[in-house]
Amino acid sequence: MNKSLNGKVFKFGDDIDTGQIIPGKYVVLTDPDELASHVFEDIAPEFKSKVELGDIIVAGKNFGTGSSREHAPKAIKFSGISAVIAKSFARIFYRNAINIGLFAITLPQVDEFKENDQITINLNEGKVINHTQGKEYEFELPHKVMLDIFAEGGIIPFTKKELNLK
Amino acid sequence: MGSNLMKKIFAKKLGREVKVEEIIYIEPDLVMTHDHQGPMTIREFENIGADSLWNPDKVIFVMDHRTPSQTLVAVENHQKLRKFAKKYGVTKFFDVGEGVCHDLVAEKALVRPEMVYIATDSHTVTEGALGLFATGVGSSEMASIFATGRVWLKIPETIKVTLKGTLQKGVYGKDIALRLLEIIKTGGADYKVLEFGGPGASSVSVASRMSLCNMCLEMGAKTAIFPVDNVTVEYYKEKGVGVQELYPDEDGEYISEIIVDLDQLEPLIAFPFSPDNVRSVSQLGDDVYELNQSVIGTCTGARYEDLKVAADILKGRQVKSGTRMLIVPATKDLMLRCTQEGIIETFLKAGAMVNVPCCGPCGAYGMGVVAEDESTITTGSRNFVARMGAPGAHIYLSNAATAAASAIEGKLTDPRKYL
Ligand code: SF4
Repeated sequence: MNKSLNGKVFKFGDDIDTGQIIPGKYVVLTDPDELASHVFEDIAPEFKSKVELGDIIVAGKNFGTGSSREHAPKAIKFSGISAVIAKSFARIFYRNAINIGLFAITLPQVDEFKENDQITINLNEGKVINHTQGKEYEFELPHKVMLDIFAEGGIIPFTKKELNLK
Repeated sequence: MGSNLMKKIFAKKLGREVKVEEIIYIEPDLVMTHDHQGPMTIREFENIGADSLWNPDKVIFVMDHRTPSQTLVAVENHQKLRKFAKKYGVTKFFDVGEGVCHDLVAEKALVRPEMVYIATDSHTVTEGALGLFATGVGSSEMASIFATGRVWLKIPETIKVTLKGTLQKGVYGKDIALRLLEIIKTGGADYKVLEFGGPGASSVSVASRMSLCNMCLEMGAKTAIFPVDNVTVEYYKEKGVGVQELYPDEDGEYISEIIVDLDQLEPLIAFPFSPDNVRSVSQLGDDVYELNQSVIGTCTGARYEDLKVAADILKGRQVKSGTRMLIVPATKDLMLRCTQEGIIETFLKAGAMVNVPCCGPCGAYGMGVVAEDESTITTGSRNFVARMGAPGAHIYLSNAATAAASAIEGKLTDPRKYL
């Protein structure tokens, strides 16, 4: 896959659960743009006005713990975020993220990143470049089965293609 | 090296051995979505554009999260799901008031040992209590399964949890879960399977096993699983269903072992705001943790054994004035049984409220929410910030006996003095 993601960093701590990403009361919604308008509402109300297309979240351990709601990665993706880098992910969040086309990678050195750092994720080489700090990191690409889904734009277009549906 | 339980299940289904880290494609025996993730699931299914479900008989719908329909959006979602079910031939449809999904699929014996069960709920792992492989996925993935009848899974590593001794009075599966959370912490079993067994397992009821497996998700586990032993066989026998025992090989493959001594286990409480922030009821000390509310409900503590012990504690006593008590039995059939046995009467006489079976206040969906600066004890599985209402509300997790005793005293209380 020849792709790179560029943006500035938004930092989050450990154990950010899906309810903090998108509060339970909004889970009745299914429209991704509507969901995005409530992203991080309780814990980072200023996030929405600062995020620009392509920006990247850098978080601590156990990101996306809690419910299986894919409303959480959808709210993040449709706010403009292109990828989440975390020390570790809750299993369903990680799977959901790739399934809806939000890139997710685990990296142990997330503490070295600062808010607003300019970074690039090179999906081809499996590298994260922090331009502000002048550092480079290698990461392990998701398993091929997930990369194939991501390359199609998520599991819905992937399944469409598989079933030869337009 | 021999097989652990999960490997045995997959080997039977695929007709070959599976290896850790391997990717397998498999047709689930059963899938489920509910009124929380279902609306997104059917929206994405329609985006795929397939004209039929791969197998409507293998699909279950449960209306449990936002029920009885609290808002217009909620009731409209229920409408959409009913329409979809009718159009695509989903007959295993449990409507508003039937109960909580994880309890219903077990109570109706829809899930059976050795099945592969996939649902759009993180706590799907609950069903591992009955000796099957059960795990959660998101809505888009379920939409894809609806269309293709296929899911991919990476074979995870397994941690063995050996239970020794016997569960003591006032101590339940919830306490085993909290003890494990105390040991390995949230995320401590990320992507792994927690397999239970050992000589103490026979003292743990199916109800307790379900609460225990449920909370393994809070440890990050992909699933949790119990052997199909005498306890499980009896559970199905009462439902008129015969099932085969299933145990792991003696030399099964495990990456580590945790031993929990049930003889030493006490009732435990998870303090705000994480399920792994655990204290024992006997260590509460002189601090007074006053409670505005006590909840016995959710898929982690509103089964028969929970309601029964709560009623035994509350019988002839009163909920403390100033504390609200809300009881939400997990299913309609259970509520009926409790009505017939006088358990519901005991709750009402003690001053508690009793609600229709549903998820209840578990995720702040409508009933029993708590305000800023209030505190609540609950038999639920999560005490994250804002999980049950205002971000500042304190949530304490416990077993049903502790929740009942605490309602009487209006503060966190060791239930054993009432037993
Ligand atoms: S009771 Fe709570 S944890 Fe259980 S399914 Fe409902 S919302 Fe989820």
